[in-house]
Amino acid sequence: MISRAHKVLLGLLLLACVAMAAMLIRLRNRAQDRLQEQATSAPAMEASVAVPPTEVTLYVPNDLDDSLVAVHENLALPGNQSVEAQELLTSLVAAFRVPGSTHPIKVANGVNEVYLMPVPQAAGQTGNPGQLAVVDLSAALAAAQPSGIEPETLTLLSMMATLHANMPAITEVHFVVDGQPRATLAGHADLTRTYLASEANPMPNPETAEGAQ
Amino acid sequence: MRWTEPGLALAMAGLAGAFGQITQPAAPQAPKAPAPMQALKAPATPTPALQRFVVVLDAAHGSNDPGAQLGDGVAEKDLVLTLAGHLQAMLQKQGLSVTMTRNADIDLPGLNRAEIANHAQAEACLVIHATATGSGVHLFTSSLSSHDASIAGVSARTLPNQPAILPWETAQAAYSTDSLKLESELDAALVHAEIPVTMGRASVQPMDSLACPAVAVELAPLAAGNTTKGRPITDERYQTTVEGALAAAIGSWRTDRMER
Repeated sequence: MISRAHKVLLGLLLLACVAMAAMLIRLRNRAQDRLQEQATSAPAMEASVAVPPTEVTLYVPNDLDDSLVAVHENLALPGNQSVEAQELLTSLVAAFRVPGSTHPIKVANGVNEVYLMPVPQAAGQTGNPGQLAVVDLSAALAAAQPSGIEPETLTLLSMMATLHANMPAITEVHFVVDGQPRATLAGHADLTRTYLASEANPMPNPETAEGAQ
Repeated sequence: MRWTEPGLALAMAGLAGAFGQITQPAAPQAPKAPAPMQALKAPATPTPALQRFVVVLDAAHGSNDPGAQLGDGVAEKDLVLTLAGHLQAMLQKQGLSVTMTRNADIDLPGLNRAEIANHAQAEACLVIHATATGSGVHLFTSSLSSHDASIAGVSARTLPNQPAILPWETAQAAYSTDSLKLESELDAALVHAEIPVTMGRASVQPMDSLACPAVAVELAPLAAGNTTKGRPITDERYQTTVEGALAAAIGSWRTDRMER
């Protein structure tokens, strides 16, 4: 037989265990909240304090007259060049999906990543050949891309022109889709080639470029 | 726009095997296929070709490759085949010889299209596409330029008594000037027919391998403007107007070539 005193003691111990467990859970949640708060606030502070916004030029296509229109935006670009190139193209693709876009492609994530590397040189060649940008487009962008020579070519040209205008060291551009080589973007524009970035040759329209966006 | 060519590959390895399987629906008089690893030979002299003025019409896509969806359940492959058929009839009425790369809904790789066109030794090659985007007709020449031809050390027109050897993958470079002239002729005729035209350069197969003045003609819907009424791409009247303008341009192109 358990005595009354033991029963009371057992009850008190059980109560203490539950109270301690509740306190531990509460402390854990508070610590988690504190960590999340730190994680979300740190990059914003970094961007606003360490990296001031830079004016960049995006070349947005116009399907009706087959032109590229210069649009100026302010972007906080990090120091990493690959990330900068990706940010530029991400902003460009965002311009494709705004209502009333002159080159409508409705896709949330158009560029997976941009890899930069020195342009391969022939043996004995000297000088700075520039950088080759390998643009990894998302399969979603390729699927959403309107099919046709003009719309597909404009998509590629706008990306090349945007990269070359803001990062002149990029002299050549090659496109892959979800990390894989692909014959065409959406049935027409050739993706097996490496393009010269300077050949995009945009023709900025001063009337529409000023104050756009 | 131009691209870099890491290596000017001459004739493609295994080409002979592909030649053996080529179907040439409308080119019974096509010359014998070249030997393996042989580079493309440009016409030795322009005169014989002018006597039988050949136009190549390449209706893009086919079979499992439908191309763009143009609305109303119409696929690009079907619309361009119809357009090419109508244009063929118009050109034949003018007394021109027309070679079609395909006359039916078949799968035809770019390599085979270029091979059919090059065997025809044509004076004009039109690669016909269609899209639901933009307005009017888009004209494109190859991104290759005469500079690329000079890199390769060849020109189709500078060796009148000897066949020039053209690298298969950049054969069009030697014809870039003529292609721009043909594009200009097409532009003039379309504008005359009140069809809006945009012109540019593009990297689209099989354009780069064509050894003839070549232009890609992409039909788009007609957007409504201040003076024009909007028309869908499937509008037969609109299509006939474009076909008529293209046929007139080719007729004018022939006259220009004969006078030279």
